[in-house]
Amino acid sequence: MAEYKRPNSEAEFKKNFKQKKPLMNDTEAYYEASRCLFCYDAPCIQACPTSIDIPLFIKQIHTDNITGASKTIFDANWLGNACGVVCPTGVLCEGACVYNHQDVPPIQIGRLQNYATNKTIDAEKVIFKVGEPNGKKIAIIGAGPAGIACACEARTLGYEVNIYEAKAKPSGLTVYGIAPYKITNEEVLKEVDYLQKQLGFNIKYNNAINSKKELAGLEKSYDAIFVGVGLGASRYLGLDGEDKKGVVGAVEFIEELRMKHHQIKVPAKVVVLGGGNTAMDAASEAARMGARKTVLAYRNSKDKMGAYPFEYDLAISAGVDSLFNVTPIAITGNGKVEGVKFPKTEMVDGTLKTNMNNTFIVRCDMVIKATGQAKQGHLFEMIDDLDIDSKIRIKINEDFQTSNPKYFAGGDAVNGGAEVVNAAYDGKMAARGIHNWLNK
Amino acid sequence: MIDLSINFGGIKAPNPFWLASAPPTNSGYQIMKAFDAGWGGAVWKTLGVPVVNVSSRYGSVNYRNTRMMGFNNIELITDRPLADNLREIEEVKKYFPNHAVIASLMVESRAEWEQIIKDVQNAGADGIELNFGCPHGMCERGMGSAVGQEPEVLKTIVGWVKEAANIPVITKLSPNISHITDPGLAAVQGGTDSISLINTIKSIVGIDLDSYAPYPIVDGKGTNGGYCGPAVKPIAMHMLKDLAQHPEIGKVPLSGIGGIETWRDVVEFILLGATSVQVCTAVMHYGFGIVREMDAGLRQFMEEKNYKTIYDFAGKALPNVTEWKHLNLKHKVVAEINADKCIGCELCYISCDDGAHQAIALSSDPTIRIPSIIEENCVGCNLCSLVCPVEDCITMVKRDDGSERITWSERTDNDDIPVTFNDDRAGGKGHYVPTPEDALKHRKRN
Ligand SMILES: Cc1cc2nc3c(=O)[nH]c(=O)nc-3n(C[C@H](O)[C@H](O)[C@H](O)COP(=O)(O)OP(=O)(O)OC[C@H]3O[C@@H](n4cnc5c(N)ncnc54)[C@H](O)[C@@H]3O)c2cc1C
Ligand SMILES: Cc1cc2nc3c(=O)[nH]c(=O)nc-3n(C[C@H](O)[C@H](O)[C@H](O)COP(=O)(O)O)c2cc1C
Ligand code: SF4
Ligand code: SF4
Ligand code: SF4
Repeated sequence: MAEYKRPNSEAEFKKNFKQKKPLMNDTEAYYEASRCLFCYDAPCIQACPTSIDIPLFIKQIHTDNITGASKTIFDANWLGNACGVVCPTGVLCEGACVYNHQDVPPIQIGRLQNYATNKTIDAEKVIFKVGEPNGKKIAIIGAGPAGIACACEARTLGYEVNIYEAKAKPSGLTVYGIAPYKITNEEVLKEVDYLQKQLGFNIKYNNAINSKKELAGLEKSYDAIFVGVGLGASRYLGLDGEDKKGVVGAVEFIEELRMKHHQIKVPAKVVVLGGGNTAMDAASEAARMGARKTVLAYRNSKDKMGAYPFEYDLAISAGVDSLFNVTPIAITGNGKVEGVKFPKTEMVDGTLKTNMNNTFIVRCDMVIKATGQAKQGHLFEMIDDLDIDSKIRIKINEDFQTSNPKYFAGGDAVNGGAEVVNAAYDGKMAARGIHNWLNK
Repeated sequence: MIDLSINFGGIKAPNPFWLASAPPTNSGYQIMKAFDAGWGGAVWKTLGVPVVNVSSRYGSVNYRNTRMMGFNNIELITDRPLADNLREIEEVKKYFPNHAVIASLMVESRAEWEQIIKDVQNAGADGIELNFGCPHGMCERGMGSAVGQEPEVLKTIVGWVKEAANIPVITKLSPNISHITDPGLAAVQGGTDSISLINTIKSIVGIDLDSYAPYPIVDGKGTNGGYCGPAVKPIAMHMLKDLAQHPEIGKVPLSGIGGIETWRDVVEFILLGATSVQVCTAVMHYGFGIVREMDAGLRQFMEEKNYKTIYDFAGKALPNVTEWKHLNLKHKVVAEINADKCIGCELCYISCDDGAHQAIALSSDPTIRIPSIIEENCVGCNLCSLVCPVEDCITMVKRDDGSERITWSERTDNDDIPVTFNDDRAGGKGHYVPTPEDALKHRKRN
C-alpha cells in the first residue's frame, strides 16, 4: 500500500498526484497505433458517447497526420483532449475494443486521443472554421463542458455566443472537480484557451445568473439560451453534528484541493462517506495529501457500490481502508469533529436496515461527505414553464430543447450527473438543436 | 549428431550461414567478430577499381511497427585501399583457417580481372564471387548489373575468370531482369562453379515530402538504390526456385540471398535448393549475434525431422512448386468461422464484401458481431482467413472428396476448355451479386 508523505511544495504535490495516464511519446503512440485493426463498424465508436471515428484517428496518428487525427477527434467531441484522460475508457471505448475478447490488452484509445490533441494544441495549429455570421445570438449559462461544447458548435454555425459563468475559471468540474492525478489545471485551461482563440466565444467570469431579472435580460437580448449549470453543492445529510468544524462536502473539498494544491492541510485521520466515484476520488486525494488513515464508509456491500471497480482499486492502492455495511448517524466531537458514529446495516428482504444495537465510533479529524450533489432547483424554478422531473433534472426533447422553447439544456443538469464526455456531446447537440429551431 | 558443414562448389565451411558482400564484411575486424559469433563464411565487401562513396547512403521502408522491413542503399563497392583489404584477408585466414573467406570482385577489363584474382588468391581467399548485381553507380560504368543484364557479356567474363582462377568461382546474379534463368544459364555455360542470388533490386524507397527528393538524400538529390531486407525475400525465393528447377543450372550449388533474418527463412531457402545462405540487412539491423537464433532454429528443425546434414533436405520443396496449369481444378475449399474464437472485428466481412466475393454476411441483430459465411458465394480464395486477426478462427475446409481431379493442362489435352465468353464451361456462373441499391445502403445499427 502506498504511503504518501504530506506534500509541502508544488513539486511534492506533483509527485503525489502523478498523472495516471501520462502523455505518450511519439514511439509509444506509433507502436500503439499500429495495433489497431481498423474494425468494420467498430464497436469502440459505438461505445463512445460522442461517436468519435476512433479507427480513423488512430490510423491518422500512425501515418503521422496528427493534425488530421485531432480534427477527427474535435469534430466529434469539443473536449477531445480532456476526455482522452478523464473518460472512464475501460467502460467506454476501450471496454468495447475487440481485443478484450482475445484477452489481449485493448488499444489505449484515450491516451492516443490525448497524444494527438495535445500535440495539436501545443503547436497552436488552426483547425477550426467559424461559421459565416448569421446575425443571431446565443447565451450560455455555465462554462462547464456542456457550455463550452455548445459554444464551440454554435460558433461553427455562425452564432455570436456569450457564456455567463459563476466562477473565475472555465470548464466546470473538469477544473474544479476531477482528480488531479487524472488531469492538471494547466491542461484543462490550455484546451479551452485553444478552442476560444480559434472560435471566438466570450466568457463572462464571476457572472452568476441567479435572479429572474437577469434571466429576463438574457431572454431579451438573445435568440436562444443554453442551460449548462451542472449540479450544485454537496448534499446536506441532516446528521446530528453535521455543522461541526471539519465536516466538508466532497465537491468543496476537491475544489479547494484543485485550486490550492499543497497549501491545504488534510489532518491525520479522515472518514469519507459514500460509495460513488466522487467518494473514491475524495478518499484517494485525502490519502495522497498525506492523511495517515483514510477510511471509506459505505452503507451497503462492496458489490452494491456505484463506483467503477477501477476507481475503488485506485483508492485502495493509495492506501485507503474501507468499511462496508455501515451508515453514519452522528458526528461526534466538541465543536470540532472527533469521530463518526455508525450502526451496522444489513439487508432484510431486499431493503437496507440499520441495526441500532450494533453501533461504534470511528475516530477522525475530518469527515468528507460524498453522498451526492444537490441540484440547481432554485435556478430552474426561476425559468418560466420549465419542466423538471422528480429528480430535479431538466426535461428535454431530442433537440435538447426544454419545455420553454427558448431554453435548451444539457450535461449534468439534465442527466443528473454523468461524465465530461456526455456533457460535451449534449452541448454540441444542443447547439445543433438551437440551429434547427431557429431555422424552422 | 547434426553436421552443418558444407562443401559449396569446392568452398568448405563449418556451416551454411554466410555474410553477404556488404558493409558487415568491410574489414577483417568485422569478419573475425562474425566468425567468432558463429558465422561459417563471409563474402568480402566487393573489391575493385578505386571508388568514392556518398553520404548519406541508406533508406528504409518502415511498415506498421517494423523498422527496416525494406532497406535500400546507394553505396558502391569498397572504398578502402586494396592493399589493406588483402592484408586483412590474409590475417582472417590465419585466425580462422577452416572458415570460408570469399573475395567479391568487380573490375572492367580482362587484364584487371586477371590481376585482382591473382592478388586475392595470394592473400589466401577460399573462393571468388563475381559481383554482377550492383544496380546503381557501377552499372553506369559498365559493371555490376550492366553485366548481370547481358548474359553474353556475363558468360565471357565468367570464362576469363575461370581461366585465370585456381580457386572456386561463385557468380552473383542481379534480380533486375525478367528471366533469371538467362544470366543463370550464361554463368553455367561460362563455367562457374556455383551461383548466388539475389543482389539488390532497383528501387526508390520513399520521397521526402518537404524537399521532394528520394531517400537517401544527398544534398537535395537522390537516385535509385538497391532494395533488400525482409521485403525482398519472396522475390529472391522465386528466382532461386527458377534456377534450382532448371535442368542445367540446377546442377551447380546455389547460395540463397535476400531478406534472410530467421531460421525459418534459412530452412525455406534450403528447401528451395540453396545449400548456403547469405545475410546482409539482418546483420546491419541486429548485429552478428542474430546467427545464434538461426543456428538454434535450424538445428531444432533438423532434429525434429531427423536430418543429419543440410543435404538431406535441400530442394525438398521443389517438386511441389509447379505451374498453374498443373493445379487440380476440382479442389474445393470454403471458409468456416469458429464462433467461439471470433472477436467480432468484422474485418472478414468487409474485406470479402469490398475486396472479394460478397460471401460473408452480418447478423441482422446488431448486438451479434459474429459474421457468417454464405457458402454458395465463397470461392475459397483465403482472403478472410488471411485478414482475421485471431489464430485458427477462420479455417479453409475441404469440400471435395478427392475422388475427382483434373488440371488445366489435362483439360487442354481433352479439348475441354471454354472458348467464348458465354461458354458454360467457364467459371463465375451463378455467382450472386448484391444490387446497386445494396451498394449504396449504409447499414444502420439500432
Ligand atoms: C468529484 C468529481 C469527479 C469527477 N470525475 C470525473 C472523471 O474522472 N471523468 C469524467 O468524465 N467525469 C467526472 N466527473 C463528472 C464531470 O465532471 C461532469 O459530468 C461534467 O463536468 C458535467 O459538465 P456540465 O457542463 O454539465 O457541468 P459542470 O462541469 O458542473 O459545469 C457547470 C458550470 O456552470 C457554472 N454555473 C453553475 N450555476 C451557474 C449559474 N447560476 N450561473 C452561471 N454559471 C453557473 C458552474 O460554475 C460550472 O462552471 C466528476 C465529477 C465530480 C463531482
Ligand atoms: C549497404 C549495402 C551494400 C551492399 N554492397 C554490396 C557489394 O558491395 N557487393 C555485393 O555483391 N552486394 C552488395 N550488397 C547486396 C547484398 O550483398 C545482398 O545481396 C542484398 O543486400 C540482399 O540480402 P539481404 O536482404 O540479406 O540484405 C549490398 C547491400 C547493402 C544493403
Ligand atoms: S475496437 Fe479496438 S481494434 Fe477495433 S477499431 Fe476500435 S480500437 Fe481499433
Ligand atoms: S474465402 Fe474468399 S470468398 Fe470465401 S468467404 Fe473468405 S474472402 Fe470470401
Ligand atoms: S475476421 Fe475473424 S475475428 Fe474478425 S469478425 Fe471475422 S471471424 Fe471474427
